[in-house]
Amino acid sequence: MASSGPVSAPVADLVGAFTPAVFARHINANSTAHAWWLERKRAAYARFESLPMPSRTDEAWRFSTLAGVALGGYAPSPEGAAAATPPALAVESAATLSFVNGRLSGSSPVSADLAKRGVVVSTLSDALARHPGLLREHFMAQPQKLGSAKFAALHEAFIQDGAFIHVPRGVEVDKPIVVVHGASGAGAAVFPHTLVIAEDNSRVTVVDHFVSEGESRQFACGANDLYAGHGARITYAAAQCWSFETLSLQFNSTVVRRDARVQSLNLHLGGRQARHESLSQLQAPGGFSEMLALTIAAGSREYDQRTLQIHQAPNTKSDLLYKNALLDKSRTIFSGLIVVDPDAQKTDAYQSNRNLMLSDDAESNSLPGLEIQANDVRCTHGATSSRIDPEQEFYLKSRGIPPKAADELLIFGFFEEVLSRLESEALHDALRTLIRTRIQS
Amino acid sequence: MSEITDTLQTSVDNPVSGIDQSNGNFKYDMTYDFDAGTGLNERTVDYISAVKKEAPWIHEFRQKALKTFLAKPLPTHWASKDLETLNFDKIRYYLSQGQKPKRTWDEVPADIKRTFERLGVPEQERKFLAGVEAQFDSEAAYSNIKEAVSKQGVIFMNSTEALREHPEIFRKFFGKVIPTSDNKFSALNSAVFSGGSFIYVPPGVKVSHPLQAYFRINAENFGQFERTLIICDEGSELTYMEGCTAPKFSTATLHSAVVELVALKGAKIQYITVQNWSSNVFNLVTKRGLAHEEAEIKWIDCNIGSRLTMKYPGVVLKGRKARGEVISIALANDGQHQDTGAKMIHAADETTSTVVSKSISVGQGRATYRGVVHIPRHLKGCKNNTECDALLINTNSRTDTYPAITVRGDRHAVQHEASVSKVSAEQIFYMQQRGLTEGQAMSLSVNGFINDLARQFPMEYSVELKRLIDLEMEGSVG
Repeated sequence: MASSGPVSAPVADLVGAFTPAVFARHINANSTAHAWWLERKRAAYARFESLPMPSRTDEAWRFSTLAGVALGGYAPSPEGAAAATPPALAVESAATLSFVNGRLSGSSPVSADLAKRGVVVSTLSDALARHPGLLREHFMAQPQKLGSAKFAALHEAFIQDGAFIHVPRGVEVDKPIVVVHGASGAGAAVFPHTLVIAEDNSRVTVVDHFVSEGESRQFACGANDLYAGHGARITYAAAQCWSFETLSLQFNSTVVRRDARVQSLNLHLGGRQARHESLSQLQAPGGFSEMLALTIAAGSREYDQRTLQIHQAPNTKSDLLYKNALLDKSRTIFSGLIVVDPDAQKTDAYQSNRNLMLSDDAESNSLPGLEIQANDVRCTHGATSSRIDPEQEFYLKSRGIPPKAADELLIFGFFEEVLSRLESEALHDALRTLIRTRIQS
Repeated sequence: MSEITDTLQTSVDNPVSGIDQSNGNFKYDMTYDFDAGTGLNERTVDYISAVKKEAPWIHEFRQKALKTFLAKPLPTHWASKDLETLNFDKIRYYLSQGQKPKRTWDEVPADIKRTFERLGVPEQERKFLAGVEAQFDSEAAYSNIKEAVSKQGVIFMNSTEALREHPEIFRKFFGKVIPTSDNKFSALNSAVFSGGSFIYVPPGVKVSHPLQAYFRINAENFGQFERTLIICDEGSELTYMEGCTAPKFSTATLHSAVVELVALKGAKIQYITVQNWSSNVFNLVTKRGLAHEEAEIKWIDCNIGSRLTMKYPGVVLKGRKARGEVISIALANDGQHQDTGAKMIHAADETTSTVVSKSISVGQGRATYRGVVHIPRHLKGCKNNTECDALLINTNSRTDTYPAITVRGDRHAVQHEASVSKVSAEQIFYMQQRGLTEGQAMSLSVNGFINDLARQFPMEYSVELKRLIDLEMEGSVG
């Protein structure tokens, strides 16, 4: 009956700049890679080609500006791009990896001690040779449930390289491992990837930092997979600082095993249109996923965040807090869903979206959802959209603080609730500084 | 006159709880003088229009709506796939015994009269109503308004009569709050509508007692498509109540109404529904009110029956300081899906809206809240507060919440909260310890959950509601 879908969209609309010829060239350039890797890429490209572009009636894309995700005018990982290593985050790290247009541009290794204990911080291409088993088990292994199966396939088809982090059983890495993903050149399409595998009872902090060189129009189609084995703890922070001309699509998957704990914080500070999908699967009792995000939406930018918390086992916990500060003519979309499977009794799930409206022309859209199929649960969600308390505003004015500075103070006050949830003070300070520089630019 | 056969069934087919969904479960075998046959095409629409001796503009309106209906896909990209089991070709779209409703119960044919007596309608009318309309399948069998009320200038009649007798009042608003193309089912209703209430309350008139409509489906494979339009002129006030029941058939029955409310400046409308369709009814209803300056529209929507209900009463807040409110109570038992909610469209400054939804899922029942709050650009001082609470009785009960909130600008305050809980085992234990059975304790607990909402009903309805939710659920805790 439903015949309104795009029955026969022209091929160009379906693949944009990522034509079969471009893909063939990409495969040729990487022909020495692992056969399994190439096979996956081919299968992914076939999926990408066959899946439709999102349409107006897709619930997963409700409120999104679909025209903004058109795939024309980009070139995947242009050769000969500047190899300038982007500036790293100002935080003392256990190891770093830097990529420009998906190619390794610099790194500092883990300490000899950590290396001896088996901690691996390497490129995916290295891991393909040395840890193929782990890669097969965890690389893009989770379902795409939030609407971007097509773009995730594109990511897999064109991925050049990425970060591979493996922490063996019981090993604790104190300082954060920092991965910088850079994009360089007008029209560059980049496919950043970070895979974190924390084995049972291990502990690790990973920071992804996305930066553009200059203010050119780029396309970032990235993914990160986090796997926390039994009793493991992962702290993950991502600072998205792409250029304000960039289309950014990012897919996160988090798997939480028994008594494991994952805290993730996504900072959205860049991009022209940025969509972030985050899936947390709580697979075994005692698992806890804390999902945090902070967004500064300004100009006429659009930030589109889709989340899914799936409780698949009893006695699991998830806690989501997404805060958006909206200025100018910006738009935000938050669509979150908590799913409690029939057997997941004693689930404790929370989801909250707070929108701070700082402009008369900004627009926030909130779709906080619940799907509950077990009765012994504690599930709540909330969404608010409002301006600043007029008394606070008056107070700031009465102290002679100019409106722009007042906005900045208010944004920091609003964000602090989230930032203060980070255990590491060093990371907290580094991210705070990053936000400040971004606001002031 | 048809032979009267009472095919009353008992409520034993409702094993999990003792919710009384059986009070409407009886039917009389009827022969109908007017029957549009099975299935839907242009001739069906012609037939209905001809039988009603309608003005050409209405006939045209219907034919246009039919085209819209046929062109629109089912909304299954977001709604339940259960909709696909509806076979529009197997439904009978118009059945009636006569065209003109009777003004006294004595004139109503015996079998129809007996039906409504059994449902307690004449008794309620005597006790506390200002007027009653009783619809039996496609047409109103009885329609009466107390003299004192009609003397105030209040018009209360069915849609067929009103479009004929007062086109100058009703045509202006008809299909304006809910356009034909609003959704597939509003288009269907616009093509084949019959029955429903048309009410006009003159400026400043406050109708002291509620007007009531009772909708009864008697025939199998039938579709009821009543159309209600209520206009409250400046500063007037009205409470309208509707109830509905049907016998339980093994085949699907369709109920697809369109209800439009218009509250002009300073008017107040309260619209109360107690929906208790049998569990084979698809209840796909579009309800929306238009509130002008300082007007207030309040929907109290209680859904207990039906197989699948999809209903999201809405208020378009068109005038400054208009107020909208939806109070929704849903109870979903085995085999039922109550997909209910609210829509609040803020289209003027300083408009406020409130949504309170409480749902109870029993056995494998599924209750869904779906809502829209929309505050477009360049307005100021709009407020919305939404609260959704879900209570899950059994381990396999299901509930969902799907709100969509759009806010533009920095001069509004919008808040949404939802929670899911179960009946506390400690509470039940405490009450059992005081000598209540587990079932009584559960019933008390569930009634406590909805008590603050049920209290907003007029007394008589609140009692009725409590009786309907009088659960007996031995062994269903935990």
